[in-house]
Amino acid sequence: MTAAEDPLAGPASSPNGAAAPAGDVVLEVSDLTVGFPSDEGLVRAVRGVSYELRSGEVLGIVGESGSGKSVTSLAVMGLLPGNARVSGSVKFRGQELVGASDAAMTKIRGRRVAMIFQDPMTSLNPVYTIGYQIAETLLAHHDGMSKNAALERAAELLEIVRIPNARGRLSSYPHELSGGMRQRVVIAIAMANDPDVIIADEPTTALDVTVQAQIMDALDTARKATGAAMVLITHDLGVIAGQADRVLVMYAGKLVERGSAEDIFYTPRMPYTLGLLGSLPRLDRASARLTPIPGAPPSVVNMPPGCPFTPRCPLAQPVCDEVEPELAPTTSPDHSAACHFSQELVGREAQDLFETTVSDAHALAQFVRETEDQTS
Amino acid sequence: MTTTPVAAPPVLSVKNLVKHFPVRSRGLLRKQVGVVHAVCGISFDLAERETLGLVGESGSGKSTTARALLNLQPATSGEVYYQGRELTKLSRGEMRALRRDLQIVFQDPYASLDPRMPVNEIVAEPLRIHGLYGNDGRTVVRDLLRTVGLKPEHGNRYPHEFSGGQRQRIGVARALALRPKVLVLDEPVSALDVSIQAGVLNLLDELQTELGLSYLFVSHDLSVVRHIADRIAVMYLGTIVEIGTSEQLFQAPAHPYTQALISAIPLPDPRKERARERITAVGDMPSPVNPPSGCRFRTRCPKFANELSEAERRVCVEEPPELVDRGQGHPAACHYAEGRTLF
Repeated sequence: MTAAEDPLAGPASSPNGAAAPAGDVVLEVSDLTVGFPSDEGLVRAVRGVSYELRSGEVLGIVGESGSGKSVTSLAVMGLLPGNARVSGSVKFRGQELVGASDAAMTKIRGRRVAMIFQDPMTSLNPVYTIGYQIAETLLAHHDGMSKNAALERAAELLEIVRIPNARGRLSSYPHELSGGMRQRVVIAIAMANDPDVIIADEPTTALDVTVQAQIMDALDTARKATGAAMVLITHDLGVIAGQADRVLVMYAGKLVERGSAEDIFYTPRMPYTLGLLGSLPRLDRASARLTPIPGAPPSVVNMPPGCPFTPRCPLAQPVCDEVEPELAPTTSPDHSAACHFSQELVGREAQDLFETTVSDAHALAQFVRETEDQTS
Repeated sequence: MTTTPVAAPPVLSVKNLVKHFPVRSRGLLRKQVGVVHAVCGISFDLAERETLGLVGESGSGKSTTARALLNLQPATSGEVYYQGRELTKLSRGEMRALRRDLQIVFQDPYASLDPRMPVNEIVAEPLRIHGLYGNDGRTVVRDLLRTVGLKPEHGNRYPHEFSGGQRQRIGVARALALRPKVLVLDEPVSALDVSIQAGVLNLLDELQTELGLSYLFVSHDLSVVRHIADRIAVMYLGTIVEIGTSEQLFQAPAHPYTQALISAIPLPDPRKERARERITAVGDMPSPVNPPSGCRFRTRCPKFANELSEAERRVCVEEPPELVDRGQGHPAACHYAEGRTLF
């Protein structure tokens, strides 16, 4: 808690990037469940997610659209709309956040836990200068701070995230900056109060790749400067591979696999993870056949019992329709997967399990014949 | 996919294609105050059964190229030849006849399908327009749906009842209806999740093999392009900066922009990704209203910033580099092109 006394001091611990040892638990999420009532029934967006975030580490959460990865972190921040039904527990350094009062949340949000959203145009206010917006974050959490000191600090922060001519930029409005620059400003705001946790939700998805690389660098800088632990939410497995120490894979509102980055990428033990990796075209080697996962993710309204991946799973057995598997240890105690048959994935490649042909061969052959008839 | 026919004449040939958009002032007069240089004199060939990938970031002019090529937006200048005929000068009627051979699949499967038409009608529409919807029309449509991996029973459903991947298959079925020779694919998988995207990519691959199609595959995603393309053209600010076979471009990219682009894409492999050496482009893409003089990439070029001498830089500022082979085995538009290994 040293940072609480001197808000503008450097980080309390000296982080050294990915090699930071597994420290104490800063954020503990247990059995987090989020539902939204709808006309069709309860939308079960998050179903019993538990994880721990230790100081200094980067925890990656991957999943496709609708897997519940963003809702999970909005629930952690207490940012869900009023109709959301949240249960379970979120503890920040032992303090319960689920059901905490607005006043208590305000002290933590933006101060101890900061968030970076996907679209910098919607997370910045278009009618205020960026200097004002960074200073606002600082002044909200430091009573005695003067406006000038806040602006001074804002300029420093912009320099840290490498905005050229930082001081001059303080009086710019968001629309005067490019997408990449705006996201740098958002990162500067997130690190302004030297938080313990930064939650980054798809921070680079809206950006071009060359800018994405710059922003990942800026995030890294922010993390090292504040010593914060980070939750990195993305659908991009490449970003996860480069940044995350540990990885959570989400599917249909649940964690289906959890382990170190190496565990997840080299020895996945959930067919969904394996299929996902196999469906990714690779930049670093000539093309092999991709393994698309057939079907589409299930609707999370009125879910049937059993494993939600069953309809798309090449290993599915009758038991999968009846019993939803819990996360269970696989290759090591820290690597767990929610699959009844995770043992069967040992030594198997995506191509061994998933079908790669997607067209109807018979129909296609007939189509070819007809085309030839027409042209001849 | 490694055999690239070289000797055969190209199906489609683009020469010095230019597309400018006027920038007009606000107010009553709407006076022209500038020009967006979207595409600035690009040339390439597309061979039979070949896939040419056109990659670049937003604003590079890749989609404009695709549209100008099919005369969906008339080109400002330049020529496009299809089987020896020049397309940009054709009348609407003449162009319509040729559209049977040249079809396009759009990026957004939500915006490119009419929400008020059942799928059968969407796929039948091109046949009707070209007067090919005969007595067997319904069978043809059913076969098309089956060919792209959809259930013909679902033909009476509306687009909103399908997932993104299925919608994109509907778009492909519609494009195939007229049995084209060339498909222009404008970011066909960008809106899809990876597990779904892979299905559409495999489908395109299978269709090409069986039907002998030529693809112009426009995408911002270099991994996808590497997977599907035989040859790749990299675009930056309206120009092609490097063109070569997939092998050449990934083994030894010669243009600093291609190198930065390849470097910027994270690999889904933790050990490799952490150990990688990066070449990074600085800043953002300049506005195409006012492109930099000389080499358009020089404002962001890591080579320009870190390696070149004052005299060498002057050349970059003054002379636009030509897209020629400077000893790397494939053309690159950089005065100081130099192949590098990045993996």
